[in-house]
Amino acid sequence: MGAATETFYSVIRRQGITRRSFHKFCSLTATSLGLGPLGASRIANALETKPRVPVIWMHGLECTCCSESFIRSAHPLVKDAVLSMISLDYDGTIMAAAGHQAEAILEETRAKHKGQYILAVEGNPPLNEGGMFCIDGGKPFVEKLKMVAEDAMAIIAWGACASWGCVQAAKPNPTQATPIDKVIANKPIIKVPGCPPIAEVMTGVITFITTFGKLPELDRQGRPKMFYAQRIHDKCYRRSHFDAGQFVEEWDDEAARKGYCLYKMGCKGPTTYNACSTVRWNGGVSFPIQSGHGCIGCSEDGFWDKGSFYDRLTNIKQFGIEKNADQIGMMAAGAVGAAVAAHAAVTAVKRLAGKREDAHHTS
Amino acid sequence: MGIQTPNGFNRDNSGKRIVVDPVTRIEGHMRVEVNVDADNVIRNAVSSGTMWRGIEVILKDRDPRDAWAFTERICGVCTGTHALTSVRAVENALGITIPENANSIRNLMQLALQVHDHVVHFYHLHALDWVDLVSALSADPRATSTLAQSISSWPLSSPGYFKDLQTRLKKFFESGQLGPFKNGYWGSKAYKLPPEANLMAVAHYLEALDFQKEIVKIQTIFGGKNPHPNWLVGGVPSPINVDGTGAVGAINIERLNLISSIIDRLIEFNEQVYLPDVAAIGSFYKDWLYGGGLSGKSVLSYGDVPEHANDYSSKSLKLPRGAIINGNLSEVLPVDHANPGEIQEFVVHSWYKYPDETKGLHPWDGVTEPNYVLGPNAKGTKTAIEQLDEGGKYSWIKAPRWRGHAMEVGPLARWVVGYAQNKAEFKDPVDKFLKDMDLPLSALFSTLGRTAARALESVWAGRQMRYFQDKLVANIKAGDSSTANVDKWKPESWPKEAKGFGFTEAPRGALAHWIKIKETKIDNYQCVVPTTWNGSPRDPQGNIGAFEASLMNTPMVNPEQPLEILRTIHSFDPCLACSTHVMSPDGQEMASVKVR
Repeated sequence: MGAATETFYSVIRRQGITRRSFHKFCSLTATSLGLGPLGASRIANALETKPRVPVIWMHGLECTCCSESFIRSAHPLVKDAVLSMISLDYDGTIMAAAGHQAEAILEETRAKHKGQYILAVEGNPPLNEGGMFCIDGGKPFVEKLKMVAEDAMAIIAWGACASWGCVQAAKPNPTQATPIDKVIANKPIIKVPGCPPIAEVMTGVITFITTFGKLPELDRQGRPKMFYAQRIHDKCYRRSHFDAGQFVEEWDDEAARKGYCLYKMGCKGPTTYNACSTVRWNGGVSFPIQSGHGCIGCSEDGFWDKGSFYDRLTNIKQFGIEKNADQIGMMAAGAVGAAVAAHAAVTAVKRLAGKREDAHHTS
Repeated sequence: MGIQTPNGFNRDNSGKRIVVDPVTRIEGHMRVEVNVDADNVIRNAVSSGTMWRGIEVILKDRDPRDAWAFTERICGVCTGTHALTSVRAVENALGITIPENANSIRNLMQLALQVHDHVVHFYHLHALDWVDLVSALSADPRATSTLAQSISSWPLSSPGYFKDLQTRLKKFFESGQLGPFKNGYWGSKAYKLPPEANLMAVAHYLEALDFQKEIVKIQTIFGGKNPHPNWLVGGVPSPINVDGTGAVGAINIERLNLISSIIDRLIEFNEQVYLPDVAAIGSFYKDWLYGGGLSGKSVLSYGDVPEHANDYSSKSLKLPRGAIINGNLSEVLPVDHANPGEIQEFVVHSWYKYPDETKGLHPWDGVTEPNYVLGPNAKGTKTAIEQLDEGGKYSWIKAPRWRGHAMEVGPLARWVVGYAQNKAEFKDPVDKFLKDMDLPLSALFSTLGRTAARALESVWAGRQMRYFQDKLVANIKAGDSSTANVDKWKPESWPKEAKGFGFTEAPRGALAHWIKIKETKIDNYQCVVPTTWNGSPRDPQGNIGAFEASLMNTPMVNPEQPLEILRTIHSFDPCLACSTHVMSPDGQEMASVKVR
């Protein structure tokens, strides 16, 4: 209970971070912000004396599922995160103030904590119609976003909207909804994709920063490796049924009731990088595959435009090889949207084919 | 002075203009402008939806079986309700029936959402309109305990409990970092609770934050995750296997027990915390009965929670169905989603273009062409609006009307319809609540009434969850484990063309989707959602919508602090991402938007 007045520094020291690595974090942050050595000591000083890291949480075009997910966090409880770990100075969804009083907070945080606050973005800016498909304070949301990003220490892109564009960016993307890394340059952006991301992944990313005093290691697509480096398929508890060639053929058939693999029902687990099959959802209660529906791939870039959620991943013609997340990241970055799906589908098909040839194969 | 609207409001925009943008503690983006007279009473109100995403445009040519996932992303707060509406629309179009178990499971998921949404709305989006957080610091923990124990048997009520909490709050405030509570309207004369009631409410704010995450686990069990669980055309994706090989991965006794224990806990929370809190807080605001707006005049409820699978008639629906107009509670009119003359949308004051804007269009024949222009008297520029002109176009929300009437939808509308139908399960709790508060029936038509109806409904929903959980178990016991009908799963089995609609009562009110299917793909998709009804701008006749009507004639303590505006707007639980996304009957015209 006494945690409310602790500083960021005292929190991380208590958690075993050395003074040396704390300073390393500060200088890395300063470098990424282009602030130089003076900036580093300013950040260090601020974090040692400022109680909690200020967070500005902005909303563009979105559905608020990320905020809703965040408040589901079981560990830490969201009340502890908000009261004792961070200072959530601006978040339109829960803040008491509105209108001018709310806008004043943004101004103050930017001025007072320049280079020291985290900007968390939920949703994305639309660029058509002069940005006025999303109006905030009478102005285009994209202007406000760029303005607040300018003085942020680091930026978190919550969910598929901020990371990739998500549903409003699905074809034909009428508003030209645009992921935030396309409008914000020269800032570290941590992408935490998913529609929404898992609650404990969200609070995990934030508390990783406050606990270990550094930004999480990211893959080439900008996602924290600790949560997004493996496919759902790799850790799925139904994987043994996949390997054994035991599949659900129809909804609610005997195989479905026995919990066989949902691959033939369109499951995108083999091509989706996320922590669902390990961390699971809502305090570990379940995850989509466990509850009988295939994964729809909601943490993948452009997952809305890869055919029906019930299309089998076998609809591919070429063959590929196993690749890790980084390599796939490169492929995706090369604007080959379908490459991820194609490659991993091939993996699945190959495994399937191999299985049929060799019933004793174990993987 | 002023102009009389056809629906009975005298609006006068000659006084001082106040702008609230952004309106916070809602879902999405919204702006409110009001004019106050010399006594700071609101005489003109303008509500504007300030975002548009175009989801229905995106749905064109997609597989109808996928539509639930797209429409579910319309809103992550009322998560699942659009998905349910969507699978119902597709099933209605294609003549697909669902098994009895699927109906019970869908009801459990939908009711879990109702309870979750209502609890989170009251404590985390609305309470700070009534509760002064800073005042709680000066409360006497012992007196707080006495107060809490006098209204409820909820065990977290000792003096030590409240003292601990107060200490934590004090440290939080002394830190100088007030986080989401910074710049609140603390100390305003508009707050009327004594410090002890404030402290109790703050305790329950935090308890509700801890508890809400338990409620949604019911959606997670059946749908795999929350927010945004998975659904299925033809039933539900979660199979039932209570006594066989592999039962551990299906709906089994452990899962049923988990659901049951969550239901027990949420019933307890509703009845021992939520409803007593609303009554206790309300008792200090009995002389603040503003905000009735349209609720005493025109309300609409589609009905929901079917007792029997595939029977969406009024008789089967446990939430009431019907419309009341002109304040005539003695007549509840039938509602027909397929009648082109009933539900129509207008755009004369919305940022869209119709060939003839004096006429409305039924959702099956809707047209959407964005047309972002400000009225001639707007102040500022197109990308830096200082003041809207409500004489011109001023919102991304269309104006739906039922037989030409602006309607209020939501918990209060549902309960007014149920009350008017003389249904004991709605009438009795309302009468009891009013009697306990020593208030007349007219008090129901207010901001406070809207907030109370939501709490009563949460209690009702909890009890219904127990009912459907028992029904599910009884049906399984009787030998029926079926959860999905796959007869028409394959698109080859569908007719060349089909059209249908689906409806639900979302936490915020009446929600319906209309779909046209052609050659197995979506040809046309349209959603008319609760906040489109409540947040609608004016129509060609000049009728004002529910938000605008509810703000009329409300006195403000201090116009610089929009507390009263927030209090009343929040009582609707606005969802702007829901309300501002309309469709095009042919995706062609959207091309003109893209090239701008």
